Amino acid sequence: MRHTAASQHAADGENRRAGRAALSAPDRFFRGLVLTAAIVVLAIMGLIGLFLLLRAGSALRQAGWSFFTDFLWQTDADVFGVAGVLTGTVLIAAVALVIAVPVALGAALFISEYVTGRPRRVLISLVDLMAAVPSIVYGLWGFFFLQPRIVSLSRWLTDHASFVPLFKTASPTYAASTFIAGVVVALMVIPICCAIMREVFSQAPVGEREGAIALGATRWGVIRTVVLPFGRGGIVGGIMLGLGRAMGETIAVYLIISVLFAPPSRLIHILETGGASISSLIALRYGDSDEFGLSALMAAGLVLFLLTLVVNTAASVIVSRSRSGASTEI
Amino acid sequence: MTATAATAREIPVRDSSKPERRFRPRRFSGDDVVSVLGAMVSAVALTWLELQRLLPASGVIGFWLCWYVTFLALYTGIVWLRTRNRLAVRDQLAAALVSGAGVLVVVSLALVISYTIARGYTALRPNFFTQTMAGTGPLDPLTSGGALHAMVGTLEQVGLGAAFSVPLGIATGLYLNEVKGRLARLVRTVVDAMSALPSIVAGLFIFASVILTFGMQKTGFAASLALSVMMLPIITRTAEVVFRLVPGGLREASYALGAPQWRTVLFVVLPTARASLVTAVILGVARGVGETAPVLLTAGFTDSMNANPLEGPQVSLPLYIFNFVRYPQADMISRAYGAALALLVIVMVLFVSARLIGGSGPGQSGRSQRRATRRAAAGLR
Repeated sequence: MRHTAASQHAADGENRRAGRAALSAPDRFFRGLVLTAAIVVLAIMGLIGLFLLLRAGSALRQAGWSFFTDFLWQTDADVFGVAGVLTGTVLIAAVALVIAVPVALGAALFISEYVTGRPRRVLISLVDLMAAVPSIVYGLWGFFFLQPRIVSLSRWLTDHASFVPLFKTASPTYAASTFIAGVVVALMVIPICCAIMREVFSQAPVGEREGAIALGATRWGVIRTVVLPFGRGGIVGGIMLGLGRAMGETIAVYLIISVLFAPPSRLIHILETGGASISSLIALRYGDSDEFGLSALMAAGLVLFLLTLVVNTAASVIVSRSRSGASTEI
Repeated sequence: MTATAATAREIPVRDSSKPERRFRPRRFSGDDVVSVLGAMVSAVALTWLELQRLLPASGVIGFWLCWYVTFLALYTGIVWLRTRNRLAVRDQLAAALVSGAGVLVVVSLALVISYTIARGYTALRPNFFTQTMAGTGPLDPLTSGGALHAMVGTLEQVGLGAAFSVPLGIATGLYLNEVKGRLARLVRTVVDAMSALPSIVAGLFIFASVILTFGMQKTGFAASLALSVMMLPIITRTAEVVFRLVPGGLREASYALGAPQWRTVLFVVLPTARASLVTAVILGVARGVGETAPVLLTAGFTDSMNANPLEGPQVSLPLYIFNFVRYPQADMISRAYGAALALLVIVMVLFVSARLIGGSGPGQSGRSQRRATRRAAAGLR
């Protein structure tokens, strides 16, 4: 890639000029300025990891590898680890995705293929608005509105489907469970997944669409043979972005679940009262922790940070591959 | 179409007494509407029978889940009986599934918003906007105490956060799309990853650095730093997309006139993208207003007014909700819902204004801009 104005604006395929035009002083200043901004952004992201690592150091040294196998969180007794809260985080995210992905996929297809004109614009705005609703509002709704109404569904599931290990319960209490938290997180994940999928679906090539229609395909035929294959990258990327968001969600999850420090084999009973997530552990314990306890929380935060970083980077790579970056020409 | 074909040589003539009708393959016919409605109504009846009379189950969510499954089964049956065509059945079943997902999204958003309004409006009395919670206990009625201090805190924290993140975000957006330097790809990936940074990690970062390492108190300033970490990637990404939509021909025209890059950016790219940039900023602010977790770790909590973000704890609307909703008293929960409604209104106002301002894409001038252009042209003449 060349970086001078001259080469940047030479049209593709033309012969580039041999020499580079020297940048004037104000232009160098402008470039330095925006380059500084970009470096500051990189530095912030690096500092996040660095500070968490620095602060987490003493706890990580103390705990060693048992940090990844212990499920209790008793920093006074030196018994603490993320095995439990990490399992809880993954379970909540999994419940959320199981609900959110089909709904988001359907809604994205509905918006891009089934409605047109004004209703489509309204629906797009509504989905964007859904993403903008603060998570604490979802948390309040989940706690006061959804929880009393969904408990009977939990009871029904455990009564009739307890041959699935996930749906077993040891005691008949269903409030404040991983399942309910997952349903609320699903509501927050749907608009994110849906927006990405819709964008990619709408970029499915017109020629192929028309070809399918000309061959007599039904609307579902067009979706199955053209829209979905072309949108595969967007679907996977949208799911992964949703996964990152679901794992990082704090306030709604904290309001709903009662945090439980239990082995993964207990947390897997998603319908029963009690769940765990890294973010709600931090929100629960940051206030009453001593210096060592804070260090352990920083270590947990670092795990969450690295986990979401990996998932999101993978997601953005997948999405950007299925998106064109050409500028508009007139 | 009626065509007379008396002899083989004669060209078919359209019967001009009947107006030509355009064939619309996607239009709903009366039969389709009746099939959908019929399936819906009979599914209600059947589900009621199943749940109320046959199975000892209850719950409104269970009812609608059963209803949807029954509806799909009935609708599939109806389409099969009408068409006897497997392709048509599959097409209609897919349409029903996909529309169901769309309706579910709209219904759940409507439920969240309407429930917040229904629970929150009782708390929105005049004193809610003029008083703080200083001197108001949990047992006091809704006529005393309010959220003025939280609103001031939200305004200051989000304002400061925007003041940090907007210039940085727009400059980074310029780097990504105008300079396209060596770091562009890395910065883009990092910004993408950052945009899904868990909000609690942003709070933890400021807590670990500003408060633990540099020894500052929990203040509104620390909270605004945490919020700017959350807002920065949204503004950067949206700004980058906006700059990408600025027509390349405009830039080339500017270069062709001999303008250096900084003048091109300042007088061509930025003004062209102005409306959409405002949208980017508003969307970032809307995200920042609602964030609770970063503020939770960094702002502290107070019941009274603190207009100075640099000193002492400062409460904001999300934090106010978060603290009050955990009280057992019904009035405290109502206060939390009042603040939630206020927050929701702020977000919706920001959102709608973003839509209105950003309605015209970059390069297309809005109404006021067109008027200004006409006036300038008239002055030239």
